[in-house]
Amino acid sequence: MSRSLNPTSDLRAQGVVVTSIQDFYNWGRKNSVWPLQFGLACCAIEMIASTMARYDMARFGSEVFRPSPRQADLMIVSGTVTKKMVPQIVRLYNQMAEPKYVIAMGACAISGGPFKQGYNVLKGIDRYIPVDVHIPGCPPRPEALIHALMTLQEKIGNQQLTGESRPRHLRANAPSEFLIPVQGPHDVEPPFNPDVWNAPKVPARG
Amino acid sequence: METLEQIRARVVAACPEAVVDLVLNASPSAQHSLRVDREHVAGVALFLRDDPGLRLDYCSNVTGIDWPDRTEKVKVKRTVEGVEKEVEETRTIPGFLEVVYHLYSIALKHGPVILRVRTIDRLQEVAVPSLTPVWRGCELQEREIYDLFGVHFDGHPDLRRLLMWEGFKDHPMRKDYVDPDDYEYEPTPHDRVLERAKAWQDRGGVV
Repeated sequence: MSRSLNPTSDLRAQGVVVTSIQDFYNWGRKNSVWPLQFGLACCAIEMIASTMARYDMARFGSEVFRPSPRQADLMIVSGTVTKKMVPQIVRLYNQMAEPKYVIAMGACAISGGPFKQGYNVLKGIDRYIPVDVHIPGCPPRPEALIHALMTLQEKIGNQQLTGESRPRHLRANAPSEFLIPVQGPHDVEPPFNPDVWNAPKVPARG
Repeated sequence: METLEQIRARVVAACPEAVVDLVLNASPSAQHSLRVDREHVAGVALFLRDDPGLRLDYCSNVTGIDWPDRTEKVKVKRTVEGVEKEVEETRTIPGFLEVVYHLYSIALKHGPVILRVRTIDRLQEVAVPSLTPVWRGCELQEREIYDLFGVHFDGHPDLRRLLMWEGFKDHPMRKDYVDPDDYEYEPTPHDRVLERAKAWQDRGGVV
């Protein structure tokens, strides 16, 4: 006639759920991540496919693509970022309300991809805005985008509401807007934002 | 379709003052072309479009070519101290820009006829007449050549940069274009990229 001594499962058997404010708050946020509705290149086609019936991103609470940055939580940088386009992308990111997240989708958005040594393509959007999840691929399949969304959900679910490691939107003095590059006579200026990104060191040849 | 030599003869007959050269292509594709002087290219283009035997009503492609200045060694006879000698001298041949039009006939199902126009030089005298009034489809491609090569098209209805932004000073498809020096380290088999990344880092990572 022994009964379980676990109070949580006792309560759950009675239809009562015990959780923490942090878990509950993060659970609500991570299952309703609304992306900004914009696409840059062929990756955008895969992004559109992943919202359609076969892959159905609605299962993850992310189907509501908003045409206004004011209502969006997630920027999916889906495709080649040209130097002509980058000021508009950073401006859209600045206009999004906190908390906001960025997925860099595909080789071009990560690093410039096949156009890296060209004259008109930015060598990765993480030079100007902080990126939460990078997806490799050219273009990545819809499964990869869904995996990126799940990774982002995991990241949101693990965010601390208090303490030193709390995210940017809970720090009063952390920046929410980032430098918008200017189109100069030879290149975008500056070529990267040193507060966000710095070049990796060239390793010594052994 | 007639041969290019026959077309050239008819063009010269229709526009007697036009300078029309046959540019031979020695490669196996043997796509020979007609080079027309700047002053008469608009008239020649109208003839090619409206002539009932040609009816080249479709301009499928417009491209640019950058021909940089080049030096050539020539042997010249000079009298040095009373003795006639053969001396080798270097001569600079000034460069120019060239625009190439590929023309087809949808009505008569033939083509291409390739038309070339050259500018006087690469820096100041870079104007050629626009053929957008003749073939409407040239508009965007002439804008692209204006953007990437710096050829100025006289008579173009809307000559603005196409791919780069207003205020950009360079012409990226020219041979002497220097791309922005912001190479960073990446795992790559291309030594040139690594060398430039190293040089950039040694300068302190600033452009």
